[in-house]
Parts: sequence; structure tokens; C-alpha cells
Amino acid sequence: MKDDKLTIVSFLCNWCSYEGADKAGNARLNYPANVRVVRVMCSGRVDPEFVIQAFKEGASGVLILGCHPGDCHYKKGNYKTLRRIYLLKRTLEGFGIEPERVRLDWVAAGEGERFAKVANEMVKTIEKLGPLELSEV
Amino acid sequence: MAKPKVAFYWCASCGGCEEAVVDLAEDILKVVEAVDIVFWPVAMDFKKKDVEAMKDGEIAVSFINGAVRTEEQEEMVKLLRRKSGLVIAFGSCAHLGGIPGLANFWNRDTIFERVYKEVPSIANPKGVLPKTKTKVGDMELTLPEFWDTVRTLDQVIDVDYYIPGCAPPPDIIMNAVSAILEGKLPEKGSVLAPDKSLCDTCPRSEKKPEKISMKEIKRPYEIIPDSEKCFLEEGIICLGPATRSGCGEKCINANMPCRGCFGPTKEVIDHGAKGLSAIASILGIEDEEKLSEEDVQKLVDKIVDPAGLFYMYSLPSSLLRRKKI
Ligand code: SF4
Ligand code: FES
Repeated sequence: MKDDKLTIVSFLCNWCSYEGADKAGNARLNYPANVRVVRVMCSGRVDPEFVIQAFKEGASGVLILGCHPGDCHYKKGNYKTLRRIYLLKRTLEGFGIEPERVRLDWVAAGEGERFAKVANEMVKTIEKLGPLELSEV
Repeated sequence: MAKPKVAFYWCASCGGCEEAVVDLAEDILKVVEAVDIVFWPVAMDFKKKDVEAMKDGEIAVSFINGAVRTEEQEEMVKLLRRKSGLVIAFGSCAHLGGIPGLANFWNRDTIFERVYKEVPSIANPKGVLPKTKTKVGDMELTLPEFWDTVRTLDQVIDVDYYIPGCAPPPDIIMNAVSAILEGKLPEKGSVLAPDKSLCDTCPRSEKKPEKISMKEIKRPYEIIPDSEKCFLEEGIICLGPATRSGCGEKCINANMPCRGCFGPTKEVIDHGAKGLSAIASILGIEDEEKLSEEDVQKLVDKIVDPAGLFYMYSLPSSLLRRKKI
């Protein structure tokens, strides 16, 4: 994953945000190419380990998108994600990793435009923060 | 037949692992009868040159405790690796980094500043800091280099097996020693303890409701926990769900929650991530639909120093290994 561009790994829920991203693609809405997409069955599937692994392997930001609260295909997966990702961000702060490098948001299947907006905002945030340079150990 | 030769060594550790060996009580006699201890700096007068004089692989087993944080420790464990058939990482610090591994939230400079200049108990008006070389008259005194980062034993040398725990309990040690003596060792790289989570064996798990909800976070000093209830039910973070069993539930039985010294079970890569994930999933679960983002933040913010808590014993072995410097 090491290239000049900043890499953002995005985990998209199969039932909503992935469709949303697809819509954005079909409508040729412009969203930046250095957002790498990983499809998961539910935002609740995103284990904090995945996020840390993404950073470890060179990502400078991680975006997690799920169904809006109340709309999770598995009913409550995204509530859990909300708590987990917030605690993860707080924990990563202790490692010197800015919490803004992780963003959790909600994008429904029909919301192509919203997907493009969130993705673009994330790219801007990460560009401002610059690459995540973990210490060599 | 000659008895197998055994060595014990310590690196960045507190000495508790050495005591754990002595704590074997009369069982230690069985060990001493079966093996020939050729190196044990804390208890016997052998020197580094005695180890250097041995043939490669001559020591059957070296038990090494402590994390690796200095040049000297690195040199010694590399020497022992060369001279030993088997190397066992003994105790949490060698296995995961342990408490000394929490120093990975700092680096050499910040640690030296604090320890040699800032702490109230120091008088160091000239601000002298340790150096690897110091001239005294026409002599030069040397000290080993102090690295920025504490490492687990297996980040420095090849490790054959792990005996977990801070400190490892006697039954775990004896089982491991018997397995070695009888040649009944599992696959290389195994942790010589059960591959179950602490919750599976915890005496409090029987009465644990099927669905636990932590309504809020409490710290152990804030309440006197009910000695029968699962800590999580009372809002006290317990790392039992993410931690390997085998410790004999000593902390739990002393009414203290688990802090993870046995490390994770086999399939977990990052112990801290697993722990925080388990806690976040049940925190406020009862009313989860009703919680706004701010409510969630308020609940979670009650956890003081989450990085230090969830990685209390495992920071150097975690995916990130240390804080960014
Ligand atoms: S969380 Fe702690 S107290 Fe509760 S069952 Fe697990 S180990 Fe026991
Ligand atoms: S199915 Fe989309 S967040 Fe759970």
C-alpha cells in the first residue's frame, strides 16, 4: 500500500453504504481514487483490529460507513460500532494517532451524493493531517 | 545419562518471575533433581564467560523472563539463544512486554528527563543523564545502551514456547517443565497454558446473566464489588473476555478484575483491541437505540487512559508496538 498518495481504507457495509458508493460511481460523482474500498456485511463486523491493521500497513486514514441508526440489516450492529469506534479513537490517541484519522458515518443505499461528500471530506481531513508516520521499531 | 542443562535469565522485569521459580516450593527439588542448572544470575554464581565457554546448543532449555530494553539484555539473550536447544519466554514481560512495556508510551529521552530530572525524589542539580561512555581520569566507564522501545523476547530472538503470567503460577510452570522433560511439547510457538478465555473458567461466570449490560463505568476504588457478581455487571472493566485462562483466577478471587497478564487466546492478534471491543460492545447496550452520539461519548469518556488500560500487559506485542514518536 505504499505509494505517494495518501491511502484511506474504507469499510463499507454491504447493505447500504456499499450500494451508496456504487450509486456515486454510476452517477459518475467524483470521489477520489485513493479511497480503497473493503466491503463488509455490517459496520458491526469492523473489528478494531482491522482499523489498526490498516494503519500498520500504511493507511493514513480509515473510514467506516454503515446504515443509518435504526436501519442496520442486523438491527443493532451499527449501535455497537458507534461505541466501539469511539473507544478505539480514544485509545489510538494514547498511541499518538489523531482521532480524526478514523471516521464513522452513515450512508444509505440511495445516498450516492452523501457518499461522495463524506469521502471527499475524509480525503481533505487526511490531506491536512498528512501521512501517518508510525515509528520504526 | 547426563542431566539436561538448564539456564534462567532475567531482562527488564521486576524479579517476580524469579520468585515464581522459588515458589515452586518442594516441587523445585524435583526440578533440581532432574536437571543441571548451569546459569542463574539471581541465585548462583555463574558468569557470562561460563556461558560463552559452552558449546552451541549445549544448554537444553533457557527460561528467560523480562522484556528486552537494553543493549546488554539483547546481547545476553542472543548468546543464550545460540547456546540453547529450547528458549522459553517466561512470564508476561518476555511474552508480551508486560508492565515494563508500558514505557513504549514514552521514549528514552522523555523517560530520562522524568526519572533523572523531574521526579520529586531526585537531587541532580547538574542535570546529569546516564551515558554509554563516561571519561573518569584516563579511564572510560561504559553502560549498555538504553533503547527507545521495549521489545518482547520473540522480537529479538527466536522463541520456542511461552509460559504466560505475571508471574506464572506454579502449576503452569510445573506442567511446562514436565512437558519438556517428557518430550511432550505441543507445536513450536505455543503458549503453554489452556486456550480458553478467562470468562470460561471464572467462578463468577456461572451466575452471569446471559446478556450483560454495563450501564456505566466504575473504577475499582469507587465501589466494593460484590464478590459473586461478574465485574462487568457492576460496571468495572474486567479483561476476562479477551484474556487467556490458566492463572487460577487469583485476581478475581481477591475481588480484583482481570488486567490481562496471560495475554490473549491463540486466534487474537491484538490483545488491547480485543479487550476494548468486548467492553464497548456491552457498554450501554441496554438502551443503545436511545443513546445519542454525545451520550455514547459521555459513557466511554469515563474510561480513564484507555490505551494504558487495554494494553496494560501487551503494548510491545501489539500491532502498533509503541506510541508514535
Ligand atoms: S468478565 Fe471478569 S468477572 Fe466476569 S466472568 Fe469474565 S473473568 Fe469473570
Ligand atoms: S447492516 Fe449496515 S450497518 Fe449493519
